[in-house]
Amino acid sequence: MKKVDYDSIINQYPFPPSVKEEIKAELEKNNVNKTNAKKIVEKCYQAYLANLMEPGEAAGIVAAQSIGEPGTQMTMRTFHYAGVAEINVTLGLPRLIEILDVRKNPSTPMMTIRLLPEYAQDREKAREVANRIEATYVRDVADIEVDIRRLTIIIRPDTRVLERKGLSAEDLKNKISKVLKTEVEESEDGSFVAQIAEPSYKTLMTAFEKLKDTVIMGIKEIKRVIIRKEDDEYVLYTEGSNLKKIMKVKGVDFTRTTTNNIYEIYEVLGIEAARNAIIKEALDTLEEQGLEVDPRHIMLVADVMTADGELRQIGRHGVAGEKQSILARAAFEMTVNNLLDAAVKGEVDYLKGITENIIVGQPIKLGTGDVELVLKLGGRK
Amino acid sequence: MKFKLQEHMLVPKHEILSKEEAEELLKILGVRKEQLPKMKADDPIAKEIGAKPGDIVKITRKSLTAGESVFYRLVI
Repeated sequence: MKKVDYDSIINQYPFPPSVKEEIKAELEKNNVNKTNAKKIVEKCYQAYLANLMEPGEAAGIVAAQSIGEPGTQMTMRTFHYAGVAEINVTLGLPRLIEILDVRKNPSTPMMTIRLLPEYAQDREKAREVANRIEATYVRDVADIEVDIRRLTIIIRPDTRVLERKGLSAEDLKNKISKVLKTEVEESEDGSFVAQIAEPSYKTLMTAFEKLKDTVIMGIKEIKRVIIRKEDDEYVLYTEGSNLKKIMKVKGVDFTRTTTNNIYEIYEVLGIEAARNAIIKEALDTLEEQGLEVDPRHIMLVADVMTADGELRQIGRHGVAGEKQSILARAAFEMTVNNLLDAAVKGEVDYLKGITENIIVGQPIKLGTGDVELVLKLGGRK
Repeated sequence: MKFKLQEHMLVPKHEILSKEEAEELLKILGVRKEQLPKMKADDPIAKEIGAKPGDIVKITRKSLTAGESVFYRLVI
């Protein structure tokens, strides 16, 4: 039988690409002839139109209910370990709230770092990148002591740890003298002695504390790195997050590296990436709890949150708090404050939204209420 | 190492519309420019493609439901 060109039939209708593919696959599977294919596609188009959202439909309310109801079944307080790696991440309802509130500092920031092909196959190479990322403090690679009698700080480097981190004693020495702004002398047994500039007990102790928390290698925010083999490549998971610095690290495949800190994504990759991150994080959180929510609802929420070009939270400081209508704002939260502020500023409520019209007892502009009939005088021509 | 932010997997394709395209789009949608969703001029991607305030950016997203969907943002 002659092969029928299904594409040309399907392309006559304005289907979205995924629907087109689905119809085509089904037609090909059943090897439909041309006349039947035309009829089928026509029927599909009618079904497609029947399933479109109607103008005036309260999409936001449907989305709110569709996310809210499964939300009631979420665990109130969960701290969970992500997969096999022992990284603690907030999940469940607290995480969902975090996403919708656009917290600048989520309680458990975490990154998934993928590596360039030449680093991803070899565990040693992956370790090398991990070392470059993980924050290493002076206290991790050396013993620090204070000599109160001579007012000096004695640093005894642990050569084994230094070697594993790929650092030399020289690096450590330079870093110490830079941080303390003094000369560092090396004694016979290989330890460093730092003399502080101003000989007082107080400055000695502050210098000691400062030195303990000095990062000699890696990125300050990244507290821990875990290497895991996934399929056929090594992936790094980190506790803590700093996308801007990570993308400049050698060996990191920046295009596939993500963080769970949405605000950071917004700052580094822009509003559209933030939208994608919101959808992904929210869906993952819901899915992890075994709840299935249609992605369309989440997409609507993400669209509203990013519509202004900046991330806005859902809540009193964001989408709901910036409504034009005073009555709608007062009905939501902080009633007295909103009414008082409006009165002081002399604001006017034009009663254009839903909430305010319900409050004053008028029909609302939604669904069939949004349609007005106009009679054209003069009759039919 | 140099890379483009646009190559990141979270970033969809951004294109600046020409003046004619923008006018035609507004006519089809039947809206004014200001009614479109916004995008800041200092957005990292806007900077990368060189979009100026007043430009309309066409964004081709990979959609979970439609496969691919087109979205427009006005640069402010």
